[in-house]
Amino acid sequence: MTSNIVEIDNLSFGYKGRLLHKGINMVFPRGKVIAIMGGSGSGKTTLLRLIGGQIKPSHGEVRVDGDVVHKQDREGIYTLRRKMGMLFQHGALFTDLSVFDNVAFPMRELTDLPEAMIRDLVLMKLNAVGLRGAHQFMPAELSGGMARRVALARAIALDPAIIMYDEPFAGLDPISMGVICALIRSLNDALGATSIIVSHDVKETFLIADYVYFVANGEVAAEGTPDDLMQSKLPFVHQFVHGDKDGPVPFHYPAADYRSELLQASSGQKG
Amino acid sequence: MIKSKLMLSMLRHLRGMGHRMIERTWRLGAGARLFFLAIVYSGESFKRFHLTLREIYFTGVMSLLIIIVSAFFVGMVLALQGYNTLQKYGSSEAIGVLVALALVRELGPVVTALLFAGRAGTAITAEIGLMKTTEQLSAMEMMAVNPIARVVAPRFWAGVISMPILASIFSMVGILGGYLVAVPLIGVDDGAFWSQMQANVDFSADIVNGVIKSLVFGVVCTMIALFEGFDAPPTAEGVSRATTRTVVISSLTVLGLDFILTSFMLVV
Repeated sequence: MTSNIVEIDNLSFGYKGRLLHKGINMVFPRGKVIAIMGGSGSGKTTLLRLIGGQIKPSHGEVRVDGDVVHKQDREGIYTLRRKMGMLFQHGALFTDLSVFDNVAFPMRELTDLPEAMIRDLVLMKLNAVGLRGAHQFMPAELSGGMARRVALARAIALDPAIIMYDEPFAGLDPISMGVICALIRSLNDALGATSIIVSHDVKETFLIADYVYFVANGEVAAEGTPDDLMQSKLPFVHQFVHGDKDGPVPFHYPAADYRSELLQASSGQKG
Repeated sequence: MIKSKLMLSMLRHLRGMGHRMIERTWRLGAGARLFFLAIVYSGESFKRFHLTLREIYFTGVMSLLIIIVSAFFVGMVLALQGYNTLQKYGSSEAIGVLVALALVRELGPVVTALLFAGRAGTAITAEIGLMKTTEQLSAMEMMAVNPIARVVAPRFWAGVISMPILASIFSMVGILGGYLVAVPLIGVDDGAFWSQMQANVDFSADIVNGVIKSLVFGVVCTMIALFEGFDAPPTAEGVSRATTRTVVISSLTVLGLDFILTSFMLVV
């Protein structure tokens, strides 16, 4: 058994002629909470999809528990995915199933457990996220924070070795954000799992992560513990961590000269 | 100068046509692949038949009202129009045969398929398209649950099972509608209506062929709805376009296939 449950080795990925990742290397040690941070469109979620085997890399490889993900056939991928749980950005709850049935879904689909045992397990998982009392609700009746917690209960339904979180704090109020934050850490430690968080919320992520990777321009721009990165003098990290308006990531998207473009537009209208 | 502009425009036109041809061929191949996979992963739909039963309720039972009401009016109109023509030749007693044959051979399977595409087909496309948009299909994939076995196959078999049953109900209700107009309203002889129908409607040539047609339409309409949902771009506009395509493609395919099937059935 290797000490790293996930290893990303010299990974490149691109589509439609655009290279999103250029030779990325990352390791995810067992039992740790590791964050992948970076601006919008930097390919953080794509990294989770590469780890989950939903897409194949152009070059390099991702190894999960020693197995190269993209070399697996469908059965092999499914065997690897049984070791993973994933919390999607908006929960991705099945809208035609109740909260209880959503959490029971992976148990009913992937195990032969008797219904009485499934009931107990579902209530235990819902209790862990504080929503045992909401088990009869439908997803449409839940708030954003509650839906995220139910999705978290579903992600840990089969006690996975790896839990992946795609923007777990996005769009949540401060209380729900705090609850999710505490749950990620406590569930990781209670289950002895490895958590991979993709996020751009610096405060919450730094609070619970053991190690952080910064992704920018398709490469790992910086890495270290949250304390290291808070002190970092690297311009990109400084701008990101402190939320500076301008820096290596410019405020303006590359465009033609402002003045000449305006003049061109008005002369075009006259003509 | 004008010549080169014309050439450029023709080239652009040709390139567009080529692009559309390639895209349509790709979609046809992808649709065939989904059909093949739905068959391969059908085991689960029968092993856990409650999944298929649930879909039969949504596609079949929920379509009953529109089928029954439409069939009733179609049968009544057929009887009115049929009587109007038949009485000129002094054979108004044959109204029962006319209504029954028109419904069992053609209108039952075809109109049911068109209504099915509009009611159940669009619902299937919108549901799967939204499941894709809200990442429910990706979530299933990430849980090591195959969406084709869990989502596509039960819906496919539900459509295939529902369609012949709905078409049979359509024909029966249509005949009842025709009877109500022909016998109590117009005054055609009750015995002649039923006995002529019984004598002239052949089980294998008429009823079985009608069931075969509705089975084929069931496969085609359900598969088109499933594929359009599965292939829909994950946006509101993408789902809306996919839903429209389901109705248009299903309707045209059903009408075209009906002609082909009828030709074969009449020759054989």
